[in-house]
Amino acid sequence: MNALTDVSAGSRALLSGNDAVARAVWEAGARVASAYPGTPSTEILETLARYPDVNAQWGVNEKVALEVAIGAALAGSRAFCAMKHVGMNVAADALMSQALAGINAGLVIAVADDVGLSSSQNEQDSRYWGRFAHLPILEPADAQEAHAFTLAAYALSEQAACPVILRLTTRVCHVKTVVAVGERQTPAHKGFIRDARRWVMLPANAKAMLPKQDARDAALSRESDTTDLTTILDGPDRSLGLIASGPAALSAREALPDAPILKMGQTWPLPLERIRAFAAGVDRVLVVEETEPLVETELKAAGLDVLGKDTLPRHGELSVGVLRAAAARLRGTADAAAPAPAAGPDPDVFPRPPTMCPGCPHLSPFYCLSKLRRAVLIAGDIGCYTLGAGHPWQAMDTCTCMGASVTMAHGLAIGKDGDDAAKGVVAVIGDSTFLHMGMQGLLNLVYNRANVTVMLLDNRTVGMTGGQEHPGTGFGIHGEEAPRVDFVALVKAMGVKPERVHSVNPYALPDLFKLIRTETQVPEVSVIITNQPCVLTDRHVPHPALTVVEEDCTGCGGCIAIGCPAIQVARRETTTTKSGKPKELTFARIDSAFCTGCNACVETCAPNAIVPLDPAAHPRLERV
Amino acid sequence: MSVDRVTNVLLCGIGGQGVLTAAELLARAAIAAGHDVKKTEVAGMAQRGGVVTSHLRFGPRVLAPAIPDGETDLLIGFEAAEALRWIGQVRAGGRIVANALRVKPPVVHQGLFAYPDDPIGAARAKGADRGIDVRSLDARAIADDLGNMKLINTAMLGAVADLLPLSPDALRALVVDVFRARKPALADLNAQAFDAGRAAVAAEAESAPAAAAS
Repeated sequence: MNALTDVSAGSRALLSGNDAVARAVWEAGARVASAYPGTPSTEILETLARYPDVNAQWGVNEKVALEVAIGAALAGSRAFCAMKHVGMNVAADALMSQALAGINAGLVIAVADDVGLSSSQNEQDSRYWGRFAHLPILEPADAQEAHAFTLAAYALSEQAACPVILRLTTRVCHVKTVVAVGERQTPAHKGFIRDARRWVMLPANAKAMLPKQDARDAALSRESDTTDLTTILDGPDRSLGLIASGPAALSAREALPDAPILKMGQTWPLPLERIRAFAAGVDRVLVVEETEPLVETELKAAGLDVLGKDTLPRHGELSVGVLRAAAARLRGTADAAAPAPAAGPDPDVFPRPPTMCPGCPHLSPFYCLSKLRRAVLIAGDIGCYTLGAGHPWQAMDTCTCMGASVTMAHGLAIGKDGDDAAKGVVAVIGDSTFLHMGMQGLLNLVYNRANVTVMLLDNRTVGMTGGQEHPGTGFGIHGEEAPRVDFVALVKAMGVKPERVHSVNPYALPDLFKLIRTETQVPEVSVIITNQPCVLTDRHVPHPALTVVEEDCTGCGGCIAIGCPAIQVARRETTTTKSGKPKELTFARIDSAFCTGCNACVETCAPNAIVPLDPAAHPRLERV
Repeated sequence: MSVDRVTNVLLCGIGGQGVLTAAELLARAAIAAGHDVKKTEVAGMAQRGGVVTSHLRFGPRVLAPAIPDGETDLLIGFEAAEALRWIGQVRAGGRIVANALRVKPPVVHQGLFAYPDDPIGAARAKGADRGIDVRSLDARAIADDLGNMKLINTAMLGAVADLLPLSPDALRALVVDVFRARKPALADLNAQAFDAGRAAVAAEAESAPAAAAS
């Protein structure tokens, strides 16, 4: 239902912003597309891969993906790259220098900002890359505009001979609306232009590019002042004019239907002349932008008296309610005194944080780490396993960015002292994150002889973003077979001693526990690779479900500490110990509908009360 | 309320329950009726057993992607406590249709938080002063009776069929057609689940007038 690759030209379809970008990249005749998965951008490349005649591929990280796209564009093919906002931090090295060199065939880079942090470690405003790298930023407000602006971005990229950044936000990427789609264009292949002065960024060549970049900036400013991607939504109440972009512009129109709005489709360079003309026609100007005060700051520097973040929140989505409340305060109307509607979730209802799945192969590693909590420092990383920081494990001390578990564990190991001096240091990282940016850290760790136990949780997929392929899965984006990296051989090649490299089944809980305890005490780099697949992928083979024999359960709660959502509390009782102290007992049951029969919990149950629901179907669990 | 008479439907539940699929079907029904539509999807971390919501807005012209705070006309709760969680988004005089199904998350099992004794009753009590009409049905029992748990969603769609400015028969036909195309064997069962959900809410409306808060 997601990919409407068979929608014919001229018809209308219900598309998300991500679907619409993918459709338009295909329509623009792009031949090469590369991306690393990241919410909310992931579905762009997934959808694009279903269209014919586009070489769509997952890159191992955003820098790699962008450089592949740059190379393809230099070779003469229209190219595309997508990433989430933090991905651009990784890709920025390539972006900053190629922006100076420029481009041959069109290159569009979609960057998706997670406004409101639904699934990210920070809230970053990617429009700054436009100013930083001297590149145009196009900012669609919905899926229809995402389609149109992507096509416009290719035209602009080739006209200005530079990459164009398509700035998306969660409310564009993941909002579906009816989009009119077109046919695939067949732009002529531009061919590679052999010109070392242009493509080889030696200092002398790069220096010669700077004046050309200045001229390009001026041309892009003129373009921004005339582009039809920027429009005025007129309104009769000229007491307050709004300068807005993205989904916030549509929310502003709904919140203040009488206010004139200058809706910017291109937010870098700014359409300064149009803004001056618009401001002259209204009493006051309010800049509505998600999330940083980029436009506001520029307009104040240009001598315009505008309102912005003094009136509107600096973080999160500028929703209709937020904008109405702000306008009411500005206008001093009675609404300002009225209580805001009870908006968010009901505070009396328990939280329902995301959890690891029943039978997840990450459960037992975090169970083990929670039991070793006092003896180790634990550096975490980006993925499903970041949930290990939460209940019941609380087995993570740091998580910053992709790959930082290994490197920050390194720093913790050489920087710790005092009460922590004798503690072991563990880095926990997933397979795709390791290949993205963890490998270099391990190399650095080994080279510098630090003492860290790296737990490489290999579940053979990019789990958190919905199960994408990568070089460790053995498959490509189309499900076709692909070379599969051998993690054991890889880490040995980096210099980890063979006797310190272990590939283990995480469901064998006692073995895993002993191994982690041993390796965290050995003063060398160790790598423990868990080797069972994500339960949400086809590679996972479930076993028959388990159950708890009610009369055998002693209420110790040991199995609850695994954190498996299939293990639930049947009842609680308070009893007294022999010494007369009250003791809380927690009797467990297993929801057999969710149990994958992984066996990890069986080993936590001293009275052997966890047994197969159907013993005949579960020969592995036969007991003497 | 918007001058354009946009209808706001907030669907809520838990990751994996099929909330987004149900929202997609309602969106298609709205498009078929000639409306402009905006519908949000939530992905990423929310898929892992966490809270999932989908905002569906339709009308002559829909602007903002998200339903403005407190302007939801119809809240569809796929789990009882989730319906209670989002009651603040429902407008005065709005409606809630909630599945009686209760799913306790691990933080409740671990004893960190309590699950409400009667989430539907709590929703009725909380919504009473704003005239919110709360109806519930046991969609899981309907699916159980028909022998396939995946029919819960269809029962929920049937439950709201008479509460939207869309043709109930057109919605039914659309749901059945989608399943006929995808899983022909389930087309008739889906029709039965839809009708059973619709009947359950109609029966509840007769036996317990909306104004009576329990």
